[in-house]
Amino acid sequence: MTLEELNRIKQEHEKIVQVREIVASEGEKLAKETGYRKQVLVCGGTGCTSSGSKKVLDALHKSLKDNGLEDEILVVRTGCFGLCSLGPIMIVYPEGAFYSQATPEGVQRIVKEHLKEGNIVKDLLYKETVHTDGSIISLSETDFYKKQLRIALRNCGVIDPEDINEYIAVDGYQALAKALTTMTPDDVINEITASGLRGRGGGGFPTGRKWSFAKASVNDVKYVCCNADEGDPGAFMDRSILEGDPQCIIEAMAIAGYAIGAHHGFVYIRAEYPIAVQRLQIAIDQARSMGFLGKNIFGSGFDFDIEIRLGAGAFVCGEETALMTSIEGHRGEPRPRPPFPAVKGLFGKPTVLNNVETYANIAQIILKGSEWFTSMGTPTSPGTKVFALGGKITNVGLVEIPMGTTLREIIEEIGGGIPNGKKFKAAQTGGPSGGCIPAKHIDTPIDYDSLIKLGSMMGSGGMIILDEDTCMVDIAKFYLEFTVDESCGKCTPCRVGTRRLLQILDKITKGKGTMEDLDKIEELAKHMQLSSLCALGQTAPNPILSTMNYFRDEYIAHIQDKTCPAAVCKALKKYEIISDKCKGCTLCARNCPANAITGKVKTPHVINQDKCIKCGVCMNNCRFRAIEVH
Amino acid sequence: MSEKTLFAFKSTSAQDEKLKEVIAKYKDVPGALLPVLQEAQGIFGYLPIEVQQSVADGLGISLSEVYGVATFYSQFSLTPKGEHRISVCLGTACYVKGADKILAELEKKLGITSGECTPDGMFSIDSCRCVGACGLAPVMMIDDEVYGKLTPDQVGKIIDSYIEKGGKSV
Repeated sequence: MTLEELNRIKQEHEKIVQVREIVASEGEKLAKETGYRKQVLVCGGTGCTSSGSKKVLDALHKSLKDNGLEDEILVVRTGCFGLCSLGPIMIVYPEGAFYSQATPEGVQRIVKEHLKEGNIVKDLLYKETVHTDGSIISLSETDFYKKQLRIALRNCGVIDPEDINEYIAVDGYQALAKALTTMTPDDVINEITASGLRGRGGGGFPTGRKWSFAKASVNDVKYVCCNADEGDPGAFMDRSILEGDPQCIIEAMAIAGYAIGAHHGFVYIRAEYPIAVQRLQIAIDQARSMGFLGKNIFGSGFDFDIEIRLGAGAFVCGEETALMTSIEGHRGEPRPRPPFPAVKGLFGKPTVLNNVETYANIAQIILKGSEWFTSMGTPTSPGTKVFALGGKITNVGLVEIPMGTTLREIIEEIGGGIPNGKKFKAAQTGGPSGGCIPAKHIDTPIDYDSLIKLGSMMGSGGMIILDEDTCMVDIAKFYLEFTVDESCGKCTPCRVGTRRLLQILDKITKGKGTMEDLDKIEELAKHMQLSSLCALGQTAPNPILSTMNYFRDEYIAHIQDKTCPAAVCKALKKYEIISDKCKGCTLCARNCPANAITGKVKTPHVINQDKCIKCGVCMNNCRFRAIEVH
Repeated sequence: MSEKTLFAFKSTSAQDEKLKEVIAKYKDVPGALLPVLQEAQGIFGYLPIEVQQSVADGLGISLSEVYGVATFYSQFSLTPKGEHRISVCLGTACYVKGADKILAELEKKLGITSGECTPDGMFSIDSCRCVGACGLAPVMMIDDEVYGKLTPDQVGKIIDSYIEKGGKSV
């Protein structure tokens, strides 16, 4: 592969991809030149696949064939568009018509009315893209996309992740060519350092510095690793990048290899992500066959190749030393640092390990320069961050925003607010290692440092929105259950500490806690933060500490008033019949599994609190909303 | 050994042959144990002690090392799984949308708890942490099929549809 060949492939394919980026009128002209009148992009990410995009795709192919359109319409299965709650998603270019929640039946109409006859099927479009006067607005103008800035996700939902030519068409492998043919390894590291890029896996360590340490370590064998063991429950950014744009990770790892002097790379990826694993393997095979991996890449004399290793379901393997121990074939237990991986990492050799999203920024920085990158975001956190927005929010999905965007913009504008008229209570970031940001800090700009200041952390990018129906003690307990399960057991502060914390929380949620327990939590947490071997144990108390800090009154309500204000903790729930509303229909009494409800026909019933097992059957059965829980 | 298998383990010669091939393929690869166990579980459905012993012998490492790895990672199971493997996502996004109620309903319906298998071997329930389909929370998977935006009252019907297909009763 030479630069000339690369540019030739780019020219051959770029029009096809440009149709998806240009405004409709020009797009139509361009579309004609590509030989395809229209293009249909169907999301093949995990979210949309789960909601049935495979069936939609099959129906589309069949319907196109039935209508004799298969030669004029190009069908592309892409990665994630981001709006997962509206899947399966389908978009038709050059119009940019965005069909949400597509069904096989709907597809038949779209093929006939839109693709064949040229009339957009407006009632099947995503409603936000249809103006009140019936005109169609482009997807980038909708609330969900307007404030987003897609760098790491730039190709997700745009290109076919299983076709390397489409990646080349959007400047793919230009950065590797530039680095190998015009830059020294030091130039590459300096550019990355100047960009201020910080690790997107959560820690926020400067990537350029990490690379320079690994370069400075002298050894014949070095390794480049990619951490795709995305374990934070509720986070799926890395998966979406690997599913939507796997080539960009391969290119970035090769650049990292060149910078530090490594010739071998490993991608450690969760086995729970079958689609991502499959697409990455296809991408590696294609890159190899075209000479972007292998010997003497771009005639530079630089050799590099990549191997996939599957994780086996251990959260701790997201920690860098544990991840390397796992690749070595052992129990994924962390090792003490120092020595740091840049000195002694995988198989005892100097190793650079970066997260998927970090790598997804590399090629763009090399191509466009560090100044371009620092022009986005904040001075200490340049660039963008991808968040997996989930929980009690209207637009569940993947969003990429410039650092410094406020939580309010994310929730109210991009996320479309809280459903069912409920009130926003807190946003949880950083998963089991992070904390929550309460409603009073909703105007906080999101970057590494302000999140730490609030007692949370960036984490890998899971952002779970909680509404007034969420009990903060229960949420803390949920995360502690997680860390108890996932603590590897190697060091005592984490192994025993997490368990003790959980026991105390369990007591509190059952109404048996004391005020001294709160002091005990704080003391134990301090010891765990100081003495645990790895970040898992050091950060495990964060979900409790941060909820105790912002929602102490809820803890006190559980302890002193024996009530759960959000009516979540079962042991503290109390079901009561409002006698004014009760018609005496006896339905509740007949359905109560504990025979705890008594009363005569047509007279108000009463729940015997000693017998009640708090199952909620009475409330679900009541037709008069006469039963309340508090 | 604390993890007892419910049924006596019996392998076919085709399975044994396949395992031998896998071991031969990875024998000289550094860090071979994980991929070998992953493929072994693919062949046998789980990792009974007999299979662990074969892996240990084949790779020239101790059984205790194999057992240590097999029990460390949640992907590996030392007990057989049901014909239909149900996993309920208890990731954060699903949890705040009531995944615990889905799990409770399943356990009630099948009469087993998470981690167990029905006596007829038809269903097993496990909880898992995030399948990444957070847009559809709460979610459960039965084999490779994802069921999203679930409510507890849908659970029974879904299970019944598998029973009808399988023709066995729970």
